[in-house]
Amino acid sequence: MNAQSVLAKYSRHIRNRLLFIALVMIGIVVVGMVAIVSGAAGIGYRDVIAVFSGSADAATNQIVMQIRMPRVLAALLAGFALSVSGAVMQSILRNPLASPFTLGISGAAAFGAAFAIVVLGAGSMVDAGSLYQDAAASTRNGLLMRLGDRYLIMGSAFVFSLASTFFILAIARYRGVTPEVMVLSGIAIGSLFSAGVSAMQFLATEAELAAIVFWMFGDLGRASWQEVSVLALVMVPVWLFFTVMSWNYKALQSGDEYAQSLGVNPFRIRLFGMLVASLATAVVVSFYGIIAFVGLVVPHIVRRFIGGDETFLIPAAALFGALFLLLSDTVARTLFSPVILPVGILTSFIGAPLFLFLLLRGLGKSYWN
Amino acid sequence: MHISLQNVTFRYDRDPVLKEIRVDMDRGDMVALVGPNGSGKSTLIKCINGILPVREGDVLIDGASVRTIPAVQRARRIAYVPQTEQKSVPMQVFDAVLLGRKPYIQWRPSRGDYERTAGILERFDLVDVAMREVHKLSGGQQQRVFIARALNQQPEILLLDEPTANLDLRYQLETLELLRDLAGGGITVVIAMHDINMASLFASRVVMLKGGAVFASGGPEIVTAEHVERLFGVKVRVVQDNGNRFIVPDRT
Repeated sequence: MNAQSVLAKYSRHIRNRLLFIALVMIGIVVVGMVAIVSGAAGIGYRDVIAVFSGSADAATNQIVMQIRMPRVLAALLAGFALSVSGAVMQSILRNPLASPFTLGISGAAAFGAAFAIVVLGAGSMVDAGSLYQDAAASTRNGLLMRLGDRYLIMGSAFVFSLASTFFILAIARYRGVTPEVMVLSGIAIGSLFSAGVSAMQFLATEAELAAIVFWMFGDLGRASWQEVSVLALVMVPVWLFFTVMSWNYKALQSGDEYAQSLGVNPFRIRLFGMLVASLATAVVVSFYGIIAFVGLVVPHIVRRFIGGDETFLIPAAALFGALFLLLSDTVARTLFSPVILPVGILTSFIGAPLFLFLLLRGLGKSYWN
Repeated sequence: MHISLQNVTFRYDRDPVLKEIRVDMDRGDMVALVGPNGSGKSTLIKCINGILPVREGDVLIDGASVRTIPAVQRARRIAYVPQTEQKSVPMQVFDAVLLGRKPYIQWRPSRGDYERTAGILERFDLVDVAMREVHKLSGGQQQRVFIARALNQQPEILLLDEPTANLDLRYQLETLELLRDLAGGGITVVIAMHDINMASLFASRVVMLKGGAVFASGGPEIVTAEHVERLFGVKVRVVQDNGNRFIVPDRT
């Protein structure tokens, strides 16, 4: 073999990775179409075409454009954000267990939501019964939270999850921005906040307790165009940032000192990477609650297909995460129809055994040593 | 490229690990840093490429303080082969060697980066293993990958931290011969190593470090029984063979 044949072989290798990404994109389109037509209201592909050509009746239009579309986009964007954050965190902390969930960011958001509900008095209007109804129906009945309360809860969740990130980063800054310090302080902060959530639940009235529990089930039924637009606006720069940085993350894989010899500043790269990943997570969690395991499991699944090269892993994990959450949410919506299961419950149910399966199949051995 | 260490003192905490090191290394030199464990060899190497910031004294690269050279410019001129490789997600040989192009890559490699990498793989006889994972190769092959990766930076200075430590005799010789060739090609090669006989066989200059200070410095002829005894605190004698001198432990 010579240099030319190595190049040809490597190009084939890259093509395979790109093929995986292309397949995931096709999957997103297919599942997206299925997701739009599945649900309690009987809407077919013909209705969807009618909606887009402007010839549908008002009710169909309302269901497709105000309920199904934002929900599909929310699933895609949230899955995208959580998975890309998980992939980046695992890379820069060189830890297969790193994810928005395990680093305590979700826990902090949960505390923020509970704090808003119990201490700031938001969301006591929630009716536990709305859990079993179509979100739009409950909004129409005025049973879901008042709009102002929803934003108060979101804001509080967002502030607390960013606060926990800054706290972890501050500890890391003080003790040295090593992966160990970040992971361990993340775990400590996470358990502190989960104690805080328990305390809030103990202090809560019944209605508040229901609101907290309802919030903590990650649920995309809360999706509206407003949130989807905000999420999209946040994810575009996040995506660009991670794409530009991916070679730096790749350099970090071989150790901090080696990365430095390549002109990479590991401290700065890790700090900003964590900050941006946490920001993306915080937005998702404050909008939709805790959707566990997506950020942890998706990067591991993708690594099985295309390997750990960050330059491909980051885009592939982002897209696969989008597909994964859309699929999960569609299943959650239709599995016990007309009851809609919050997707967070489903991802935990799928995620935990999936993670164990990957572990038993030698995740530790062949993909992380 | 010329390296000039000017009274370099370095401390991690309070006590200095390096004490007023003054050494000059020239283009094409193959410099062996030898000394007992903890004598400051690795620290000195990391001071030369600025991984450790030198605050007392200075390291001059062709007359310019290493502190003033921007990190990416530094990475284009000085390559580093660490003692141990951090193991995380497995990397294929091609990807690992391509990583050496990092100082030239903005957000994605160019056609030229890929071609240069393929060329280096061919030169280092790594084409057959190019798609295999680095950690599954033999120790000697892994070391070749790391040196190939370093050369992909097109450096003028190559720093290696105990590159022969985990290699059997054949691979040690192979690696050192390769490095000698690189020095012959005009690269300044600096190697931290333990084997004083290998140092005197291959290096054009030997720097002996003891307790963080330069104990002796000069051509390979400074590797004498007396120096080695004082450096390591063991009794040795010199055996002459075929014009080469070897240091062996004296157990009589």
